[in-house]
Amino acid sequence: MYDVVIIGAGVSGCATARELAKYEAKICVVERFEDVCCGTSKANSAIVHAGYDAQPGTLMARLDVEGSYRIPQLARDLDFPYRNNGSLVLCMDEEDLPLLQALYDRGRKNGVSALRMVTREDILAMEPHVREDVVAGMEAATGGIVCPFGMNIAFAENAAENGVEFRFDTAVTGFTRTREGWTVRTDRGDIETRTVVNAAGVYTDVLHNMVSSRKLHITPRRGDYYLLDKTTGGYAHHTLFQLPGKYGKGILVAPTVHGNTIVGPTAIDIADRDGVNTTAEGLEQVMQKAANIVKDAPLRQVITSFAGLRAHEDGHEFVIGEAEGAPGFFDCAGIESPGLSASPAIGHMVAELVRDKLLLRRKKSFKATRRGIVNPAELSFEERRALIAENPAYGRIICRCEGISEGEILDAIHRPLGARSLDGVKRRVRAGMGRCQGGFCGPKVMEILSRELGVPMETITKSGGGSRMILGRDEDDFREEAGV
Amino acid sequence: MKHCDLVIIGGGPAGLAAAAAAREAGVEDILLLERDTELGGILNQCIHSGFGLHTFQEELTGPEYAQRYIQKVRELAIPCLLDTMVLEISPERVVTAVNTREGLFQLQAGAVILAMGCRERARGSLNIPGFRPAGIYSAGTAQRLVNMEGFLPGKEVVILGSGDIGLIMARRMTLEGAHVQVVAELMPYSGGLKRNIVQCLDDFDIPLKLSHTVVDIQGRERVTGVTLAQVDENRRPIPGTEEHYDCDTLLLSCGLIPENELSRGAGVEISPVTNGPVVDESLETSVPGVFACGNVLHVHDLVDFVSQEAEQAGRRAARFLQKGEERGRTVQLVAGKGVRYTVPARVDPRRMDKELTVRFRVDNVYKNAAVVVSAEGEILRRKKKLILTPGEMEEIRLRREELLEHPEWEKIEISLEVAP
Repeated sequence: MYDVVIIGAGVSGCATARELAKYEAKICVVERFEDVCCGTSKANSAIVHAGYDAQPGTLMARLDVEGSYRIPQLARDLDFPYRNNGSLVLCMDEEDLPLLQALYDRGRKNGVSALRMVTREDILAMEPHVREDVVAGMEAATGGIVCPFGMNIAFAENAAENGVEFRFDTAVTGFTRTREGWTVRTDRGDIETRTVVNAAGVYTDVLHNMVSSRKLHITPRRGDYYLLDKTTGGYAHHTLFQLPGKYGKGILVAPTVHGNTIVGPTAIDIADRDGVNTTAEGLEQVMQKAANIVKDAPLRQVITSFAGLRAHEDGHEFVIGEAEGAPGFFDCAGIESPGLSASPAIGHMVAELVRDKLLLRRKKSFKATRRGIVNPAELSFEERRALIAENPAYGRIICRCEGISEGEILDAIHRPLGARSLDGVKRRVRAGMGRCQGGFCGPKVMEILSRELGVPMETITKSGGGSRMILGRDEDDFREEAGV
Repeated sequence: MKHCDLVIIGGGPAGLAAAAAAREAGVEDILLLERDTELGGILNQCIHSGFGLHTFQEELTGPEYAQRYIQKVRELAIPCLLDTMVLEISPERVVTAVNTREGLFQLQAGAVILAMGCRERARGSLNIPGFRPAGIYSAGTAQRLVNMEGFLPGKEVVILGSGDIGLIMARRMTLEGAHVQVVAELMPYSGGLKRNIVQCLDDFDIPLKLSHTVVDIQGRERVTGVTLAQVDENRRPIPGTEEHYDCDTLLLSCGLIPENELSRGAGVEISPVTNGPVVDESLETSVPGVFACGNVLHVHDLVDFVSQEAEQAGRRAARFLQKGEERGRTVQLVAGKGVRYTVPARVDPRRMDKELTVRFRVDNVYKNAAVVVSAEGEILRRKKKLILTPGEMEEIRLRREELLEHPEWEKIEISLEVAP
């Protein structure tokens, strides 16, 4: 019997798991994919929003501001990449100036500190690639950028180190009320628990509606993105937003913590909850909208495009709390932008709800810090020399685009909740994340995974499930021909 | 810091030929750095034949061709560090590298030869919409898996791009028991060699669809299908021409990009056309003492020409080490009508050999055209060609004498004369 079963190992679920790990409780995270950070959490803008955007008084506003204040310290404690680059909202039309002022006022109401209105000249001095016809802007100094995988994985690993169990490749199929709480039915058997946290992203409404008569409705809202080569690093310093106005909601152009540039997203409502395919129209829109705020966007330097789904709730609000008519079943629904920024606060809030329900006591032994994977490229020459002398695997470069060594990949595989697929390795250490997109390192990472996990090459997947990388061995055919 | 007269980055065909030629030209202190565990580079996975017809008048496989040069480097006792990755080259020619034995180390090089080769264009940079499942490989990655590791990446295959590796892999996958349904090519002509189209597609009844591209990739885990569409003259898909193919694999052979991240770090000027360094007649880049050859300089069609070019780089690096920096008046070589680029891009008549080979590629398919070399309105040479295609590298020769005779020439233009 678990005290809490958390459904979904995305950033909300894992932030909640880590917060709950501070209490004396038996906790299990159930995830339908093979790894943490496989849904909405892996494909988004990777922005820490300052909190000026949401309507004052909403949960979205409060948790965004609170989350964005918590992230810098968490990044130090849990060792994940975060940078406080600041956000810049660009007003491209005189007519929209009142909207800029309204945004500023809203931000003040939401309690965002360090907001300032900036002139066209200020903007062009700070951001030379912004279009010359920019009218004015607002700078939010607390805005930042984060590695979305890094933060999600850090929450999960720290939770695991503090005793939280994880069950992957396990899809929830239903619930039954029991005397003590709930039976969570999965495709891998039943799990008994006192409480449930529903953090299933675009599936939260499906799960919620199984237990509650007050229905919830989530629309998967697709966002297409372009990721640009590191050669474009420095193209944008701030996260550049277009002020929503006359021409609708724009897209953002931002640096990433790893030195790439990200451009996107679109906002296209779809029916398919797994529809993470980009479309020609979506990508076209990204290109066009980028041109609304920046000039000569280096879109020839695209290294990949991708799409993610936001879990858009009809009321455009985070739905956090006990589901009506389902005691002990807590929703964590409608977590769309600024969900990543808010995630530490979401986790904190959900954990408090569960704590109060179960009257959980604080654990004395909670370990609040976690060491990330060493990145030799960030060490000094002497430190790196010493690291390689101690462990030569750090001297063998596997991914040449990102300069990732075998030592880092081994760490990614063998740490708690280690990587089991190519994408798992990629999200942890960036092997395959560079300009050749795994063309060179893919076969080598497959070999390392096969060797370290003790499984045949044919079973290595891109991202779990049926995503096998190779479909046979040449010898099979030779044997067949020879009649062996 | 340790010093080394000549550091060669890359142990593929370019690096090997450059090393041998530099030693034969008198450079004693050479170190070749190779990131793989074996010498030979990409030739090791090219187990088909057709290499060496120009160099050895024999038809060799890739590994056999490489072996000739590996043998030579061994006989000349040129030290090679394998499994070694170069991380950085500074403009002052300090080379930083790493491996498991020496760890992280730096060398002050007297001269550097860049011979890092090229990489394949990946799906991401091609802007193909759709899902991102397993089963999408660049043709070269698939070639490595099949030929070196013994794995079959897929069974029902569609290939996008008719570059040589794509054509070769169409045949290779077929021979391994896979079914190659179609090769689609965005351009109205193939980017590969004629002989490969005949031997790899025609002989196996694999259709080649020109002016076609992939407009959608299906499959959430593994590829389940792709959609092709015809493109118009601006390479935009034509609505209504979509055709679906059920398949588990999409191979991409959509162009090669010289791998110049290290060169950029060293401050080497890069041509936006070739994506390789801008070099002079000595194959010296804009950074004194840094030379480039092979596919890192510009993508070649035949390895024989890589070897020739690399030998020139080796000899010229040797000369740099012996004579020091010599920069004088140069004549610009200009890519005129129908010509995409020339290598080299400039020539110092006093430094050039008696005869200099200038290589270039054309920008389209031309029939009954002529290659014209001209200077200041004067036509130096006109060479008639029945057919010119972008897939095949062309060359012309310049003579030192004629350049020395005309000190007033600032530019020499290479262009095509196209029949109306």
